[in-house]
Amino acid sequence: MRKFAELFTRLDQTNRTTEKTSIISEYFASADENDKLRVLYLFSGRKLKKYFNTTQLWNWTVEYSGLPAWLADESYHSVGDMAETISLILPAAAKKSNRTLTYWINYLESLKDLSEEEKKKKLIGALKQLTTEERFVFFKLITGGFRIGVSQKIVINALSSLTSIEPNIIAHRLMGNWSPENIDYQKLIYGDDSYEDISRPYPFFLAYPVEGEPSGLGTPAEWQAEWKWDGIRGQVIKRKGELFVWSRGEELVTDKFPEFAELTEILPEGTVLDGEIICFTEGKPLPFNVLQTRIGRKNLTPKILNEAPVSFIVYDIMEFEGQDIRDLSLTERRKKLDKLLVDSSVSNILVPSPVIEYNSWDALKKIREGSRENVSEGIMLKRKDSPYGVGRKKGDWWKWKIDPFTVDAVMIYAQKGHGRRADLFTDYTFALWDGDKLVTFAKAYSGLTNEEIKEVDAFVKSHTLEKFGPVRTVKPELVFEIAFEGISESKRHKSGVAVRFPRIARWRKDKKPAEADTLENIKKLLNENKA
Amino acid sequence: MNSKLLKYTKQGIYCPQADIYIDPWGNVDKAVITHGHSDHARRGAKKYLTHRITVPIIKHRLGSDINTKPVEYGEVISVNGVRISLVPAGHIPGSAQVRLEHKGEVAVVSGDYKIEDDGFSAAFEPVKCNTFVTESTFGLPIYKWKPQKEIAADINSWWKANKKKGFASVLCGYSLGKAQRIIKMLDTRIGSIYTHGAVHSVNELLVKEGMILPETRLVTKEIAKSDFVGAMIIAPPSAMGSTWLNKFEPYSLGYASGWMNVRGARRWQAIDIGFALSDHADWPGLNDAIKNTGAESVYVTHGFTSVFVRWLKEQGIDAHELHTQFKGEQVGTDDGEAGN
Repeated sequence: MRKFAELFTRLDQTNRTTEKTSIISEYFASADENDKLRVLYLFSGRKLKKYFNTTQLWNWTVEYSGLPAWLADESYHSVGDMAETISLILPAAAKKSNRTLTYWINYLESLKDLSEEEKKKKLIGALKQLTTEERFVFFKLITGGFRIGVSQKIVINALSSLTSIEPNIIAHRLMGNWSPENIDYQKLIYGDDSYEDISRPYPFFLAYPVEGEPSGLGTPAEWQAEWKWDGIRGQVIKRKGELFVWSRGEELVTDKFPEFAELTEILPEGTVLDGEIICFTEGKPLPFNVLQTRIGRKNLTPKILNEAPVSFIVYDIMEFEGQDIRDLSLTERRKKLDKLLVDSSVSNILVPSPVIEYNSWDALKKIREGSRENVSEGIMLKRKDSPYGVGRKKGDWWKWKIDPFTVDAVMIYAQKGHGRRADLFTDYTFALWDGDKLVTFAKAYSGLTNEEIKEVDAFVKSHTLEKFGPVRTVKPELVFEIAFEGISESKRHKSGVAVRFPRIARWRKDKKPAEADTLENIKKLLNENKA
Repeated sequence: MNSKLLKYTKQGIYCPQADIYIDPWGNVDKAVITHGHSDHARRGAKKYLTHRITVPIIKHRLGSDINTKPVEYGEVISVNGVRISLVPAGHIPGSAQVRLEHKGEVAVVSGDYKIEDDGFSAAFEPVKCNTFVTESTFGLPIYKWKPQKEIAADINSWWKANKKKGFASVLCGYSLGKAQRIIKMLDTRIGSIYTHGAVHSVNELLVKEGMILPETRLVTKEIAKSDFVGAMIIAPPSAMGSTWLNKFEPYSLGYASGWMNVRGARRWQAIDIGFALSDHADWPGLNDAIKNTGAESVYVTHGFTSVFVRWLKEQGIDAHELHTQFKGEQVGTDDGEAGN
């Protein structure tokens, strides 16, 4: 546990990607085999079970601290984080323990069937052996709220530099439905034929925004154009008679889209498709906010399914007849995809993303102006002879979005509104990534519905990290698409740019903070705009 | 204030019998100054009585024209029957608790204090008294300091690691007290130590007063960028986020302050590392200090005042809040700016 706490502390102390990478490499070079697997599990955004109810945990530990409840509450208000408060107010550890992270996770697991009284005793018993730093990570594990601020890319690069295995291969091996119970570290990282995860998706290939005009990309004949659909990027997998649907956030969302169940029969064995999950009716996509009405719902009522039916607009194929065909060219993959769609008696659930015919960039520009009518965000440009890549790699896939400018930003501060909204947090400050740091870039007030405002308000109140007068620092968790009209250089702003009329275009509930845009992206917009 | 010796006035804490103020604000005749930080030592008094080491500090900061009377710890000054003396507060060099005694009644105004002996400032001495005036800058149970030795080891290993990477180490802390304490904690075998001008001028004052500090160099334009590689640079907190830091690239930025005990405060500052090194008493320190005075009445000035008073009352101590203009340790500014 000491090593793991140390890993956390060291990562917490730096904002530099290269440093984070080497810290993780160092950890993996020397940590316990089982611990490594646990850490990979946690770092890839997977969550542990919730072992205790938060109130219960708080009450028990406060009792053990010997402090009056009100003073513990005051301490919590000052710290803003329960796990940290507890780790700070408890008496110092009586003896140090050399137990591993895995030991403590198993320890927690073993409490499952105990009585409340025994659970409490065991918990306090554990706390007596842990230092302040260890307690903090221990509590984070217990409460299931573990966020470490390390991107998947950093972890992959760290493992790659340690093992000399290509990052792409590691990225793929880390995906899917594995857990520390069904695989060991060696097998996961070095690959093992005896281990098979039939649900394992391929890493998504991601596009870069077109810089300026696409004419710089070469001749139109080299590029396949499609609409950029405004839904949720998804991967549909059919293997061994089972269907799996993954979202771009690497979440298994099969159950959220019962409409896709019929694809289990329709799709041939060994098929993996890349496309967009989108609300679709009468041969036309519906705006994103329709899809939003059903994301996050636990119960999909017949009413919802009727009002917001989804389809899968498919634009690529990574696996065909059980073979990984990502190395084939786009044109060849598309041929296979078209054939598959013709051969399968495809229902309106599976819709091919049409290829846009055009002769010149000017012609395409005209077509692009009609994006809105097609309920699309613009045009995708994909190099016809390119393989299907891994992650965000510049060169082969470009997104040519329509105006206004938009970026996905993370909310980091909130402030109460005025007048009618004086009791609600309605004014937000948004930030973009600068390396691993979030840098504020715009404030925005409007653009959300009243229902959404209430939801954000509740989030702010329960996720306040610090209070500074009327301003609250909130957990950087919510991602919003911010639209704005103009962009200019600014010395006054931390980000170095000022944007005109920023507003919330929509709440991206489907995005994680790590997926928000970078400062570099917006600076590019700036440079384009200057030219 | 319900004390035989002390009254609370618009200008601050006042002893009518001696007609003297302790760390006042506004215009007064006579002031006793606990220490040189700017929220305690302000302009406006006709005469300043303070520890010998504090004299050059306040002259440097308030102007050389002020009228000062230096005293040593333990030296007794009698004013209209009130025996006034200074007792080490352990906060920074020259810092003192002001002890006032009249007709068997003893009051102590402690200013800012810390319990742990930093091996540099004269160590805190508990004083028995009837009335005790205390700070509560870190008056919450979340503030418990690690021993100085451990923090010194943390700082030195951070420095070493930076040096290995070819980075400079920039460590920020109050230029009066904290900076010198850090400098004394550094392992000079690792590399050279540079100082920001604000720190440098305080160092000079203290060295003149006979304090011993390891060799440091003032950062100037003439120094080659390459000289900073692997070096330690000590700067005031106001340097954080300023362009002054550019010349040390690549560097790792640290901040030494009690507030750094909490992760949120560390993350709020754009720093690489925070060291919870404070010149104030932590939670156990405050509680021990108060207990050891045996005081019947305790007045709590700056900090988590209301919380700490409530806690003391629950411990059976007659405690009261005192709304002074003292500020304790501030985040992100230097001690010279805090009182402005």
